[in-house]
Amino acid sequence: MTTVRISDDALALACGADAVAAAFESAGCTVERISSWGMHWLEPLVEVDGQGFGPATPADVPAILAGSSDKAIGPVAQHPFVACQQRLTFARAGKTRPLSLDDYAATGGWVGFDRARGMAPAEVVAEVLKSGLRGRGGAGFPAGIKWKTVGDAPGAQKYIVCNADEGDSATFADRMLMEGDPFQLIEGMAIAGYAVGADQGYIYVRSEYPHAIAKLNAAIALAEAKIAPFQLEVRVGAGAYVCGEETSLLNSIEGKRGEVRAKPPLPALKGLFGCPTVVNNVLTLAAVPHILTPGGASLYDSLGIARSKGTMPIQLAGNIKHGGLFETAFGITLDELVNEIGGGTASGRPVKAVQVGGPLGAYIHPDQFELPFDYEAYAGADALIGHGGISVFDDSADMGAMARFAMEFCAAESCGKCTPCRIGSTRGVELIDRIRAGGKVMADAVEALPQMHNARKSGRTRGEDIVLLEDLCETMKFGSLCALGGFTPYPVMSALKHWPEDFG
Amino acid sequence: MNNASLDQIIASHAGRPGALLPILHDVQHAFGCVDAAAEATIARALNLSRAEVHGVVSFYHDFTETHDPRPEVQLCRAEACKARGVEALVAAAENAAGNRVKLKTVYCLGLCSSGPAARVGDSLHARLDEAGIVQLVQNA
Repeated sequence: MTTVRISDDALALACGADAVAAAFESAGCTVERISSWGMHWLEPLVEVDGQGFGPATPADVPAILAGSSDKAIGPVAQHPFVACQQRLTFARAGKTRPLSLDDYAATGGWVGFDRARGMAPAEVVAEVLKSGLRGRGGAGFPAGIKWKTVGDAPGAQKYIVCNADEGDSATFADRMLMEGDPFQLIEGMAIAGYAVGADQGYIYVRSEYPHAIAKLNAAIALAEAKIAPFQLEVRVGAGAYVCGEETSLLNSIEGKRGEVRAKPPLPALKGLFGCPTVVNNVLTLAAVPHILTPGGASLYDSLGIARSKGTMPIQLAGNIKHGGLFETAFGITLDELVNEIGGGTASGRPVKAVQVGGPLGAYIHPDQFELPFDYEAYAGADALIGHGGISVFDDSADMGAMARFAMEFCAAESCGKCTPCRIGSTRGVELIDRIRAGGKVMADAVEALPQMHNARKSGRTRGEDIVLLEDLCETMKFGSLCALGGFTPYPVMSALKHWPEDFG
Repeated sequence: MNNASLDQIIASHAGRPGALLPILHDVQHAFGCVDAAAEATIARALNLSRAEVHGVVSFYHDFTETHDPRPEVQLCRAEACKARGVEALVAAAENAAGNRVKLKTVYCLGLCSSGPAARVGDSLHARLDEAGIVQLVQNA
């Protein structure tokens, strides 16, 4: 009987993988549901004896089985998109059944965990420090230093919290990992728990990811005995973007409004329920099992450039021909990512802008495409890597509208705790509207009132409004409590800088 | 609202640290909303004030204070879906929805390489064009 492998990743399902799988079953095949290779433009991708076919529909089934399908892409593992990657975190992508403990163990699962438990906790922390692993959530803080702080902090109860509130547009690596290789995340958290002395972990997943939640719950039940005495629980978010900020996430798990906390105290010292807490992103924790394998830390440290070590699962999204997951060592340029690997825009039109790092990331002009993927290089160019999501826009994009949307999004998702973000974002929307309408012609009704003696009696020119917008962005950047208000100026100012013609 | 099942939901989370959000999820799922009466009951059970519970309910987009019986279609309008042309589909989707279907804007379903994307219940839909979204709304 022919065995057919089809992904059950949420994106494959959204593209109709279940119907294709059912058609193969009706044709008498055994269907194995595996994780996704990450070649999203080919989903649903069908694999028969290592040969790939995609994007497949139920109508393609007879031709695929007869070997005459025009959707053949050759051997999947040798596809250029996969072959030129360096997959460590996503080493199992496309190869294993997500909830099979046998598949996991047969592909190196639990090796890092078993080795870690044979070491002293401080030695485990030392290996993570040596690897140079930095937080993959966006801030890039060295994971080993965070772990050491929690390990050294006094307190009987400590926690490991996995931030899986992946709300940034253009990011889906956390989702793919949770759905495709949940045991790897569980193993990473169990290692973290052992290293810092925490016996309880929480995975905070956004409610928009029902498939990831189901997979994680099933995987935790299967791995319970292996990771004991460490215990894990999934907590589901409730649609608040700001809960991806670590302190707001902790409040949310505690059952409070997802408002940001002022730092200090750091979560590493006073985190969940006031106890020392490691808060790490999914990709950070999922990188740990590999680092703890023999020689893993040195290999990780040898990859990448400057202070950005190891590999980064980059997500190619938006208007791109070959979108999907591309894991590679740091240092790759945007030109390679967008034009060579991504194949340019899906619409076939010229690339106008690329947003790196989600809704809070800067819009990057094709003139800057030689920028190497590196935390410090991006920071130096007034941009950020964030969670590694890349949204491509073609020349039909209106960057003024995108700048306005950045402010609108911040206003919709602000937790309301600090003034620059709560008020500034709304004022930002109004200001951009005014700039796009050509400036403020005259003083408004309130400003014209006699008691408003400090208000201007005349309107502002467009130029004066732009200066005001820059001033507002400065205030938000330096006055906000967290990255939501603090980074919203990045997309706004970068759009204004590179595409002033889109602002009216 | 059925008090017996509200009490059951609360009892099923007894002793759980930070139980409020899991309780609210279950209540929203069972009753389609978290109304004032439910807030008061939950507050009593968790030794909170009703204001504290209401503060949490009103903070999160997933919880609603009144029940909307209409089917819901969530349409992603975040950056990556905008780059793939979702804005051009909105008018047609709104027309198809009318007052019968609740068309809700969400920011990101994690299908950013293959937008425009939508979600109905737990079923996801990608690569939508105008005909696709209209059909989805009509079948909701």
